[in-house]
Amino acid sequence: MSELATLQDKEDTRRHRLLALPAILIMIALGLIPLMIVVVYSLMAPGEYGGVVPKFSLEAYVSLIFQRDMFDDTLTFSPAYLEIYLRTAIFGVVTTVLCVLVGFPTAYFMATRPADKRNIWVLLLTIPFWSNLLVRTIAVMFIIRDEGLINTILLDLGVIDHPITLLYTNFAILLGLVYSFLPFMVLPIYASLEKFDFRLAEAGFDLYANRFQVLTQIIIPLAKPGIVTGSILVFVPAFGAYVTPLLLGGGSHLMIGDLIALQFGSSRNWPLGSAFSIVLMVIVMLALLFQLRRSGQVKHG
Amino acid sequence: MKKLTSLAIAGLLLSASTSFAAGELHIYNWGNYTSPDLIKKFEKQYDVKVTLDTYDSNESMMAKVKAGGSGYDIVVPSDYAVDIMKKDGLLEATEPNKMENFKNMKPEMVNLYYDEGRHYTVPWQIGITSLSVDTGVYKGDIDTWAVIFNPPAELKGRINVLDDMVSVIHAAEHYKGFKLCTSDKAELKQINELLLAAKPAWRTFSYDGITLLQSKDVDASIIWDGAAYRARANRATLKFGFPKEGVEGFVDNVAVLKGAKNMENAKLFQNFIMDPENAAMISNFATYSNGITGSEKFLDKDLGASAELKRPADFKVQFSPPCSAEVIELYNKIWTNLRK
Repeated sequence: MSELATLQDKEDTRRHRLLALPAILIMIALGLIPLMIVVVYSLMAPGEYGGVVPKFSLEAYVSLIFQRDMFDDTLTFSPAYLEIYLRTAIFGVVTTVLCVLVGFPTAYFMATRPADKRNIWVLLLTIPFWSNLLVRTIAVMFIIRDEGLINTILLDLGVIDHPITLLYTNFAILLGLVYSFLPFMVLPIYASLEKFDFRLAEAGFDLYANRFQVLTQIIIPLAKPGIVTGSILVFVPAFGAYVTPLLLGGGSHLMIGDLIALQFGSSRNWPLGSAFSIVLMVIVMLALLFQLRRSGQVKHG
Repeated sequence: MKKLTSLAIAGLLLSASTSFAAGELHIYNWGNYTSPDLIKKFEKQYDVKVTLDTYDSNESMMAKVKAGGSGYDIVVPSDYAVDIMKKDGLLEATEPNKMENFKNMKPEMVNLYYDEGRHYTVPWQIGITSLSVDTGVYKGDIDTWAVIFNPPAELKGRINVLDDMVSVIHAAEHYKGFKLCTSDKAELKQINELLLAAKPAWRTFSYDGITLLQSKDVDASIIWDGAAYRARANRATLKFGFPKEGVEGFVDNVAVLKGAKNMENAKLFQNFIMDPENAAMISNFATYSNGITGSEKFLDKDLGASAELKRPADFKVQFSPPCSAEVIELYNKIWTNLRK
């Protein structure tokens, strides 16, 4: 009987593997192979007018950190690219933190509505997704620019006599990033809070915990998987964001996305652009591993 | 689902009914650059079905063509891109110089560096990279690059610069009186310092000077002449400058890809756009000038009389071959450092 069960199990696993085959094939064809091309390109020399010449070269990775002297060819430390990585990463982290701060109360509010009303809130939250990211970003520009909605109203009310500079600042970039990625934070937190048994909070109150203690010692730890998932879903696209910083930041400061685009465009240095992409991906992967390990510890602890 | 199926069938029927034309021509051109009237006229005149796809940079077009099997007959590369594609053997020598309408081509367009004698290409639109300033905000001399690189107090923080490494550095080289694509390190050092000093006065780096000027987010911008003309339609105080230090010009050219399927139609198209009336149709849509004599009288009145397209008699326009890889590498260092 038990032998039969194992056989049945094996049969199931095999069938499941077969079911996953199309997905695996798509991943290999559209994910792994292009990725290998990028890796190979990053190890070649740049062609005269873009493209690569098939010659092994580590120059792209060397020039990430060092700059060849214009005169005597010696290598000196050059932090320009690292600064761009760092600033992009800071934008990613700040966006994630802001999304948690705004997203957690929102998700809590949604999860505490009567069960039949919750779906309406989920629907409302996803409505912005119905239109394209570019359209939404341009809409933000219309609201915050010098002659936009906010400044016009404030000027008409006499609160200010000069338009406040909102657009083309770091503030505008953060606003755009938080606005674009907030739903990615709210939905996972909502999903974990929705399953939360609020009788646990009541039990906490019965045991003389105050509201703050209930929040930090019961609700947040139980919502942690949602927060971790949300943080990953926000940080990864925010780190690689290209359109939002370009439009709202006005382009005075390059982001990693711009820098990569530049190498494939007028700088005609595809290997360097490929190397940038690889480094970006490695950073994202390390961040993911770090997050996953931390959330793993919670489960064991 | 039913709806989808019927839609698909309708689509099939549509594509079937349009393929009755005798021939085909597949054009790959910049976005928002091709007059629909011109295409209709060509289709009618030669009984050819034209399809049009668009791109947004020479680099993306060349990448697609190089990959092979693009299926296009005609592309519209800019001057330097013609040079590159010719060297890479991607273009067909269609000998426009032997075509019937070649006599209309302006003499100064015939012997440009990228296609001397016009063996491959026909000019589509011609423009210059210059600047536009709101004369209500700044009343001084605007016929100088100093407006951008050493801006007056009125314009500080109100300037847009093209998000284009080569264009901006070339403009700076014009301002300093250096040779374009200079590899002189001392000169490039001066360019570097000039850009770093000017940057705090710049608000944005963007290709979309039209929107930025019209929304009054900036009061001055590096801009192409045709774009400046369009921007002025919604902000009458804008004026286009003709810097005395000189500017860089660009020519987009109709070229035929090597081994194009519809070779004869492609050649017909090259000849077709050298007709003054047809060249004017292109200009009326794209708002840039063309290289065809006699097209002036077919231009829309506003465009024909526009200040943007009327260059001063002694105005210097330079067409620059692509810089060498070494110079581009130095440019990239300056540009990345400027915008880090």
